[in-house]
Amino acid sequence: MTNPGSQAELVRRSLKRRYRKERRFRFYGIAAISIALFSLVILFTDIVSKGYTGFIKTTVTLEVHLDGELMYLNDASDPEQVAMADFQAPIIKALQGYFPQATSRADKRELSRMTGSYASNQVRDLLMENPDWLGSTRTIEFPAHDTVSVYVKHAGDPGYSIRLTEQQQRWTDELLGKGVVDTGFNDVFFTSGDSREPSNAGILGALIGSLLTMGITLVIAFPVGVAAAVYLEEFAPSNRLTDFIEVNINNLAAVPSIIFGLLGLAVFIGLFGMPRSVPVVGGLVLALMTLPTIIISSRAAIKSVPPSIREAAEGIGASKMQVVLHHVLPLAMPGMLTGSIIGMAQALGETAPLLLIGMVAFIVEIPDGFFSSATVLPVQIFIWAGSAEQGFVELASAGIMVLLAFLITMNAFAIWLRKRLERRW
Amino acid sequence: MQTADLLPLVLVLAAVAYGFAYMRSRAVAAPLGGIRNLKALPAYYAARAALWCAIPALIILGTWAAFEGKVIQDVVMASLPAELAPQSAGHASLTLSQISNLAAGKLDPAMVPDGISGAAALLQELREQSSRFKALLVILIAVLGGAFAWTRVAPHINARKSVERTLQRLFFVCAAVAILTTIGIVFSVIFETVRFFGKVPMSEFLFGTSWSPQTALRADQIGSEGAFGIIPLFTGTLMISAIALLIAVPVGLLSAVYLSEYASRPVRAVVKPLLEMLAGVPTVVYGFFAALTVAPFIRDLALMLGLEASSQSALAAGLVMGIMIIPFVSSLSDDVINAVPRALRDGSLALGATQSETMKNVIFPAALPGIMGGILLAASRAIGETMIVVMAAGLAANLTANPLDSVTTVTVQIVTLLTGDQEFDSAKTLAAFALGMMLFIVTLLLNVIALKVVRKYREQYD
Repeated sequence: MTNPGSQAELVRRSLKRRYRKERRFRFYGIAAISIALFSLVILFTDIVSKGYTGFIKTTVTLEVHLDGELMYLNDASDPEQVAMADFQAPIIKALQGYFPQATSRADKRELSRMTGSYASNQVRDLLMENPDWLGSTRTIEFPAHDTVSVYVKHAGDPGYSIRLTEQQQRWTDELLGKGVVDTGFNDVFFTSGDSREPSNAGILGALIGSLLTMGITLVIAFPVGVAAAVYLEEFAPSNRLTDFIEVNINNLAAVPSIIFGLLGLAVFIGLFGMPRSVPVVGGLVLALMTLPTIIISSRAAIKSVPPSIREAAEGIGASKMQVVLHHVLPLAMPGMLTGSIIGMAQALGETAPLLLIGMVAFIVEIPDGFFSSATVLPVQIFIWAGSAEQGFVELASAGIMVLLAFLITMNAFAIWLRKRLERRW
Repeated sequence: MQTADLLPLVLVLAAVAYGFAYMRSRAVAAPLGGIRNLKALPAYYAARAALWCAIPALIILGTWAAFEGKVIQDVVMASLPAELAPQSAGHASLTLSQISNLAAGKLDPAMVPDGISGAAALLQELREQSSRFKALLVILIAVLGGAFAWTRVAPHINARKSVERTLQRLFFVCAAVAILTTIGIVFSVIFETVRFFGKVPMSEFLFGTSWSPQTALRADQIGSEGAFGIIPLFTGTLMISAIALLIAVPVGLLSAVYLSEYASRPVRAVVKPLLEMLAGVPTVVYGFFAALTVAPFIRDLALMLGLEASSQSALAAGLVMGIMIIPFVSSLSDDVINAVPRALRDGSLALGATQSETMKNVIFPAALPGIMGGILLAASRAIGETMIVVMAAGLAANLTANPLDSVTTVTVQIVTLLTGDQEFDSAKTLAAFALGMMLFIVTLLLNVIALKVVRKYREQYD
């Protein structure tokens, strides 16, 4: 037998070690949280630092003399002449106004690569709209060539390689000083669809595509999800079939999203013969994917309505359906809406299933309906992130910022809705 | 008329039926001394009329729209003269797109043989007829349904009961969508998988150690035999998931412990939503981060240490995937830790144990099954994750244990095989469905086991 005094002594002596362990354990916890939060911070700073330049465009503003002789054009309303004309020539001429000594063939080629590849198309379109401009001098703002844009925005950044010749760099510096080459807010990014040229590429097409797809998802998933939740909570008899439905819902909630893409490909496109890469199919697939989330949160909302409400309604003679439709549903609606918004936010960020149903195509036109080819925000980001041209990386991160802005707004709205409308019983 | 135009039309018709039935029920009630003498409120008669009008019409419309494209295609293909009849599935889809482009006016009729332009004319005609008949039928059914319900507005009929019955059945159908989805998933992968195993023996698929899904253009081509061994994909998936779990489990678990045991209320209120933000970030964003920031960083770091590293390393994808799963692990463990009864904790503290000793010796052992369930769920999520690996892990099916090498995963291969041009029927396309089936089975098993474990554990303390 040990005497109690020495045992207390033993404990006292071990205390120091035990407290040290305690502190160490606590430190591990803090370290874990710091790692998680640090990753979050790194993620966001990385995206913002890569992407803020995506909101800046580089332009070249030139006084272009639209000389018919130079362009081999004497009637801009004649489509045949327009097809043969050289619209690059007046742009080069205007640039030569600043650099008169650049006359060789090689110089001209370098000059033509100061403005974007679509600059000549821009001149053509302007002339076709206003045939009477032929022969006059106009001030036209062109997007700068991708390489010029990279030089202006990222000179000295080791992540980018400058692909301008030394002569072009000199020209660019000089034109920057004269205000001919300038930077400004990238409105093109918000007003156009995808393009092969980063300076002409925008996110509007993908944004509209996302809205159309989400529209379909919402119209299908919300009513079906709420109805399913009502059935399971209020009407379902407790039998095998009900159990089977519940098991299915729980499993579907954990099935990888790409499997839903396979479902869409095989059933909607293969079996029903629906077209590829259209918002309808994308919306259907995402609706099936979001359904379990909406059902689960709606059931929780229905469960939280206290039985006294039901009993009171039943007590004055309401039928089961009347109790549900007139009393339970309105009270559970805020919770259901919150869950649905969160489910929709998930669907908005989803990419993988949409790749399989062909929403990954290169689409320039802004989609104009549920059956026109479209892509969505996250897929557009994916396409840009994989593009070879340097200018697309900043567009991809700018796109991510737009996507995150939407997600944060949706989630904030859901939280506000919950705070505002949810009643505590 | 197109489906998209018919849908609102049916709804308008239903609204009209509602209005008419409402007025009629009031008219019927008036001579009897007001609506109190009807078996149900006017709104119920009206709602019944709207349901009668809309539901059969919508069912017809949905079925017709779902199958018309396929049926018309088959009829058109069957109408082709014998010499143009397609020999292979690839040829068939080519001919079909030729026909539909011709019908849409995108192709010059002079460019194709006569049979094709005949088929295009047929296609055009069938489409027009189909949409005419569809519109006629749907409108007819809607009007008939509405009219029938209108005649059944009578004081002795209880419309409320039939409306409620119908609604309840509708609710059931909505709940059954979950079953239909599962059936859809199973069938969409199973048929193609069976066909795949007709071309590639199952033993080769399951135990082959080389993966290069080539299909030959010509039979005598070199390397025309594709290799469909799933082992390298499996090891790649496992390696990336293991790296992800190695990050996510300790970090997630310890943060959950700290937040539930040590953190003060304000700290918890700030940190918890921040952690959950990690779960709300779309996977494509993580993919971007992994491919453009983490992967180059790891490559440079490895080069500095004198190691050989691929620019698309398993480590980069795994690390970022780990970050993505942290909130998943931490919220699951949080639930589990909080489910351990207060009495166990208090008992341990009362005996003089420190908080960390209580945690390690009492709460962890009690919560272990739940935590294991959570880890299994996290593993299933890591295995099924697609975008991060598509963007950051690469395509080379290396059988390697070096995390700095590039590996590929099951999900990456599904996406690669099914995006871009694809011929149905080739072993390459079918392989994607076989992979999908494997993925579905594995994640399903993991989920079922995990849910069982978690539930059992909950029951223990309830």
